[in-house]
Amino acid sequence: MPSVLVENYFRTEKLPQIWCPGCGHGIITRSIASAIEKSGIDKNKICIVSGIGCSSRAPGYLDFNTLHTTHGRALAFATGIKMAKPEIKVIVIMGDGDATAIGGNHLIHACRRNIGITAIVYNNSIYGMTGGQYSPTTPKYDKGTTAPYGNIDKAFDICKLAASAGATYVGRATAYHASLVTSLVQNAISNEGFSLIEAISMCPTYYGRKNKKGSAVSMMEWQKNSAINISAAAKMSPEALEGKFLIGELKNSPEPEYTNEYQKIIDRLKKESQ
Amino acid sequence: MKSKARLMQGNEACVEGAIAAGMRFYAGYPITPSTEIAELSAERLPLVGGRFMQMEDEIGGMAAIIGASLTGAKSMTATSGPGFSLKQENIGYASIAEVPCVIVNVQRGGPSTGMPTSPAQGEIMQARWGTHGDHPVIALTPSSVRETFDLTIKAFNFAEKYRTPVILLMDEVIGHMREKVQLPDPSEIEIIDRKRPDCSSEEYLPYEADNDLVPPMADFGTGYRYHVTGLVHDETGFPSNSTAVADKLIRRLSNKIEIHRDEIESWEEENTEDAEVLILSYGCVARSSKSAMNILRERGIKAGTFRPITIWPFPEKRLRELAAKVKTIVVPEMNLGQLVLEVERICGCNAKIEKLNKVSCEIIYPEEIVSKIEEVL
Ligand code: SF4
Repeated sequence: MPSVLVENYFRTEKLPQIWCPGCGHGIITRSIASAIEKSGIDKNKICIVSGIGCSSRAPGYLDFNTLHTTHGRALAFATGIKMAKPEIKVIVIMGDGDATAIGGNHLIHACRRNIGITAIVYNNSIYGMTGGQYSPTTPKYDKGTTAPYGNIDKAFDICKLAASAGATYVGRATAYHASLVTSLVQNAISNEGFSLIEAISMCPTYYGRKNKKGSAVSMMEWQKNSAINISAAAKMSPEALEGKFLIGELKNSPEPEYTNEYQKIIDRLKKESQ
Repeated sequence: MKSKARLMQGNEACVEGAIAAGMRFYAGYPITPSTEIAELSAERLPLVGGRFMQMEDEIGGMAAIIGASLTGAKSMTATSGPGFSLKQENIGYASIAEVPCVIVNVQRGGPSTGMPTSPAQGEIMQARWGTHGDHPVIALTPSSVRETFDLTIKAFNFAEKYRTPVILLMDEVIGHMREKVQLPDPSEIEIIDRKRPDCSSEEYLPYEADNDLVPPMADFGTGYRYHVTGLVHDETGFPSNSTAVADKLIRRLSNKIEIHRDEIESWEEENTEDAEVLILSYGCVARSSKSAMNILRERGIKAGTFRPITIWPFPEKRLRELAAKVKTIVVPEMNLGQLVLEVERICGCNAKIEKLNKVSCEIIYPEEIVSKIEEVL
């Protein structure tokens, strides 16, 4: 029997989903649905947009207006939706390769405009759907099918990228910290401008296997042990923070939202013509 | 009441036409020689409650108009050669997801950066086959400023009626040329809006087509919670791996244009009743063809002109009829011979077909057409 949350927000007839056993994407998707439920927004006024990849299959299971676009372009499609109908809450689900490689340009400009979109990046450090190639978030010297001798690219810090490009709400959590995903996404949705939440996921099938990270459970244990909440990190020494990453609310500094700014132009022109 | 006659540029007429057709969203990226379309859209749209966006790149512009159209806003983007190449990815998306939108390509010299400020007609085949996979296409080619206004409206109407991307294939000459035009009264303009569902949201199957092979389209945000994807999908809109579903979808997409050819195809012909030589051309070259025809007539040569207005679908039936009557068809094009391939396919060996090609990024002059015809007759 599906839970009330699943009954209300998922297209139950489409379940079970296509993800591998042990994949973190299901946990994150459920956390997003939970955040939407808590935000109390009318289901008919929400639109979920995605690109291409494992994570981008999530909208198909969610009971809203859902748009599965082309690789990397989710934010550009979403921008059109938000501009044309600002009353719609637009939530974008992307993978790390989708958002920061092929879609990197759309990402930084959506951040810069501070357009009212909530972007959630499922970061599994690999291209899963195509079978395990290294992505812009694969840690240096880790392996992928296209990095058989180790990846020499430096990885992006997605949250720093988004924050410095102008996103006004930024946070990070992991599949292990599922309730933190929910609360961050909930805050992100209530931020009027552009928000980005990085949700660290696990891909035991490719990233895990290629890099001898063990089972999905041990990958989650790694998330549990390596993630430090930003409030706790403030009291820790640099040595103690070595090899760890920050989770929690990393940026919260509201600024005027893009479609509102445009509406001001429309209103001003209307006034001037009267 | 007709508006006062105005001196207007082709690119300006395109924006006037788009606003008249109901455009309320534009997204694009600056590129010569189409930039005036973006500039004027930026100026005009907020005045009518619409919205303009300069995107980070051409791909984003194409993606954004699809998103906007899904909410119900009539949407357009404009570009030129290199940008048209970048748009192809999401033109395919609009095609398979059946999202109405208009793409303007003001052709310039190519390939690559080519000759940015000079005219060409190099994207005839790209307009047909630019995006991968089998897909339907409607592409219209104006050859005057006033016609640019009319065809922009037509492009929106076709996009809405058949739920498909429509390409307005201009060229630099038409885009930058200024002519005196009198725009029609808005009450005289036919505007078509997409079919929306008349069933409840529970009963709505987003990709179940009516007899015209076009499915009614619900606006996002109105309670019809459906899924849209660029994957092969069935009537529900959800992806499918079924070979039968793929076959059915791809054939329907193509047939929804094929079965409406009579409504879509348009062309202009002159002096074809007694013509022995037919000059077949489009866009700015058609203007030279007209002068060439007049010169030839004065010299006692029975010349006529045929100008496809819809390049795709090509007015095939009419050309086949004419091919049976004329002796020679001359096809002047500002490329190395693109539309002539279609002409040869359609006419077979019914008429002698002669090419006249120019890739120096300048218009073909009437005298060049005249001497070509005098040489081949
Ligand atoms: S390949 Fe990796 S990311 Fe994709 S579904 Fe499987 S486990 Fe998840």
